Amino acid sequence: MSYVKGLRCRECRAESSIAPRSICEECFGPLEVTYDYEALSRSFGRDSVAARPGSMWRYRELLPVEGGDILGREVGFTPLLRAGRLAERLGLDELYIKNDAVNYPTLSFKDRVVSVALTKAREFGMTTVGCASTGNLANAVAAQGVRHGFATCILVPEDLETAKILGTTVYGARLVGVRGDYDQVNRLCSQIADRYGWGIVNVNLRPFYGEGSKTVGYEIAEQLGWRRPAHLVCCMAGGSLLTKIGKAFEELTRLGWIDEGRTRLYGAQAAGCNPIAAAVKDGSGEIRPVKARTVAKSLAIGNPADGYYAARAIRDSGGWAEDVGDDQIVDGIRLLAETEGIFAETAGGVTVAVARKLVDLDRIPRHEPVVLVITGNGLKTTEAIVSTAAAYPVIEPRLEAFERIVTDAAVPAAMSSVSDAPPPSLPAFPSSGRPAPAAPLSSGPAR
Amino acid sequence: MPIQVRIPSVLRRQTGGDESIALEGKTLGEVLDGLETRYEGLRGKLRGPRGELRRFVNIYVNDNDVRLLDGSTTPVTDGDEVTIIPAVAGG
Repeated sequence: MSYVKGLRCRECRAESSIAPRSICEECFGPLEVTYDYEALSRSFGRDSVAARPGSMWRYRELLPVEGGDILGREVGFTPLLRAGRLAERLGLDELYIKNDAVNYPTLSFKDRVVSVALTKAREFGMTTVGCASTGNLANAVAAQGVRHGFATCILVPEDLETAKILGTTVYGARLVGVRGDYDQVNRLCSQIADRYGWGIVNVNLRPFYGEGSKTVGYEIAEQLGWRRPAHLVCCMAGGSLLTKIGKAFEELTRLGWIDEGRTRLYGAQAAGCNPIAAAVKDGSGEIRPVKARTVAKSLAIGNPADGYYAARAIRDSGGWAEDVGDDQIVDGIRLLAETEGIFAETAGGVTVAVARKLVDLDRIPRHEPVVLVITGNGLKTTEAIVSTAAAYPVIEPRLEAFERIVTDAAVPAAMSSVSDAPPPSLPAFPSSGRPAPAAPLSSGPAR
Repeated sequence: MPIQVRIPSVLRRQTGGDESIALEGKTLGEVLDGLETRYEGLRGKLRGPRGELRRFVNIYVNDNDVRLLDGSTTPVTDGDEVTIIPAVAGG
């Protein structure tokens, strides 16, 4: 059963029926899906959710689909990890990572929005789907589009990371590189959506597509034991994800599934593309487009479609926004990897580095729970960090060669006979590129 | 050679279905004045009371977002293309 009522303009409140359109004909404002929350709360509770399979579709009554086939039933319900070691480094007491770097099937949060968009495209009888993308969305539309039998047309800036290109073409999707930046690709895609009857997921399917991002918020609340986090840090490109996470918490409060209260939202951008952070920091809330220049290509949207709403959501929540330079972004990737074993893409580096900055600036208090949203996988943006990768020794396959690089390590007596003791830890190689002076192999427990 | 203005489908109800319109003007503002004179229904859709571009409208002169240029005072010359596109897309 569906609880969808229709579409409503966020600006002038004009209502319209469900159709593949995203723009209000009266004022050009964005259309948003409306639900019958009263009916929903009468027949559906959070206990029903808990009994369902672990995917984003356990919240399907809060998603804008009708009763037909769900495309992408496996997507979502990614881990929420307590991140003690990173918390220590940032100076926080209680920190969690929502890890969409391991989302199914293409390792970013975009799998969620595409699952909803393709389900709608099928409902609308569309046979071709496409998008304008900085890479992650391209991967998600390609993989899920092909799997569900759509023809695809995916447009990207020509200078994307190799893995994001391969991660699109490998599925046999039709990829078109455009000489220009994302904002130019996006403009072209708007014109294509206007002319062809295709389902461009982030243009004419955008009201439905965007709703998929709410599931990040639902999952965080459920995984925290049906609680809101006090603070949440999220990267921003177009600004939709952060806005929709805020909406998710509001909906759950309205349904009585979580307590009333406040989640302060913090937006993270790169210094080379910071139009939303700038609008928050200067107090105007008005977006001034920029020419994007940053290593975080997935966030390189100079004219963000939801920038105005993201800035407003941040201000209304009592949060803040910050931006960080390319070196800090790379440091952020490494810090997350070295503390929590999570390899995030550049956008994740932005989130971690901005979180650190916000704690240092006392914008985020140290003794309240904080969630960082990690949206994509570091294996897709290796170019960003390859030049700083730690050097490691390469040796002949002989024990003497190994012992030459751990020179001052004494062989513990237990090594010479069979032992039930756990294997001793190996010396760590620090990120400076040189092997660490080896600690005695017998010293201390493995860390 | 006049300036060519491209109209998105969401606005073509106001232009009687016209998709591409040739107009004269030395600045973007003058071109938009001409557009609103020809199609009264467009008045107030693209610009607010003080002539400022509405938040959800993007206008490009050739390849460039006029918000990165000089807005309504952006100069235009014969042969330029002005493209109007709803702003809420992408991301």
